[in-house]
Amino acid sequence: MAEIEGGGGGHHKKGGKPKGKKMSTRVDFTPMVDLGFLLITFFMLTTSMNKAKTMEINMPVKEDIKDPQPIKASQAITLLLAENDKIVYYFINEKSGEPETPVITTFSKTGIRETLLKRNHELLVKANADNYDSIPILKEMYRSNQIPEAEMKSRISGIKANKHALIVVIKADDKAKYKNLVDILDEMLICNIGRYAIVDITPIEKDLIKMAMGVK
Amino acid sequence: MPKVKVPRKSTSVDMTAMTDVAFLLLTFFMLATQFKPEEPVTINAPSSIAEVLLPDKDMMTITISNDSRVFFELQGQQYKEQLIQKVGALHQLTFNADEVKAFSLVASFGVPLDQLKTFLAVKSADRSKFNQTGIPADSLHNELADWVWQSRLINNNVRVAIKGDQDATFPIVKRVIATLQEKKVNRFNFITNLSTETVEK
Repeated sequence: MAEIEGGGGGHHKKGGKPKGKKMSTRVDFTPMVDLGFLLITFFMLTTSMNKAKTMEINMPVKEDIKDPQPIKASQAITLLLAENDKIVYYFINEKSGEPETPVITTFSKTGIRETLLKRNHELLVKANADNYDSIPILKEMYRSNQIPEAEMKSRISGIKANKHALIVVIKADDKAKYKNLVDILDEMLICNIGRYAIVDITPIEKDLIKMAMGVK
Repeated sequence: MPKVKVPRKSTSVDMTAMTDVAFLLLTFFMLATQFKPEEPVTINAPSSIAEVLLPDKDMMTITISNDSRVFFELQGQQYKEQLIQKVGALHQLTFNADEVKAFSLVASFGVPLDQLKTFLAVKSADRSKFNQTGIPADSLHNELADWVWQSRLINNNVRVAIKGDQDATFPIVKRVIATLQEKKVNRFNFITNLSTETVEK
């Protein structure tokens, strides 16, 4: 390969010219390997391989909400993000209009995600409009190139905008971490909840958190 | 008993193949990557399943560190040169050509306006040692709002990204979001890492 064999060819005649001592032309490549790996290390440390991912958030325009559309209280769930990665959630009772007993849960798969999926499913079944099952089907159709991306997106957002679906109100306590906010927005994506809002917490709800935590 | 003779073999290994591998990897890394911009704080972004890629240009990044400091960055040298002069004019500050040049080369910064001149006077190599206190974003003294507003005037296509540390507390995040909303930025991005958790639903 890279070595050049000195001499060879077999032209050794007797009584030829006296030749100089043959030197080996083999080169030691070890320092070159060292250099190569040094540069690799340098490039690996100074560069960013994977591009950052992002989630898009739309907040409502602050002023001129002249006629806020009333929503059915029974359709909403309020999530209070508390300290130590805990969530306190409550529903509004349909008949009395009063908040029901708050429940403490976590960010795990069996925690808030189960609650959201179950509640959303209940609401949609009640309204006889549960077509959420078709979201994975649409995604699969897009993956196998049966429908274009634009069609998949518009059809999915059509499903998500269902009038009867769950509406999530997210309120974060001062002790909550930024991670909690991103996590809960992530749950919205996972649970395919199209209608949610980040709202400022009220003092009553802060007390509610304290109460719920205290009870536990 | 006769001795067992082990034939002696040379211990030198042919390094050529290893050199090939090393340089092949080196070439790959050189071509496949871009330089990481220098950051004043290390941010440990939260992970999410969002798969939208962050755009390369026309970005304005607001960084929130875990100790509640706020940093700001606008991409594009030519925009930054205009930005510092515009924001300076708002606060009766003028910056000379050197300072404008220095500012256009700074990636992310987090100093109040009255410290900006001192910050820019420091050599770029020593800037990481500069104690950056963060850009004031409270309702009484909101410089972040000026930076955001002027950036939008200079570059219409600018998009806002919030890069928060996962341990940043909520009140400061709320302040930043409120500032953005005051300046009529109602659509923005949270920068996240891709979660390893796979979800089907």
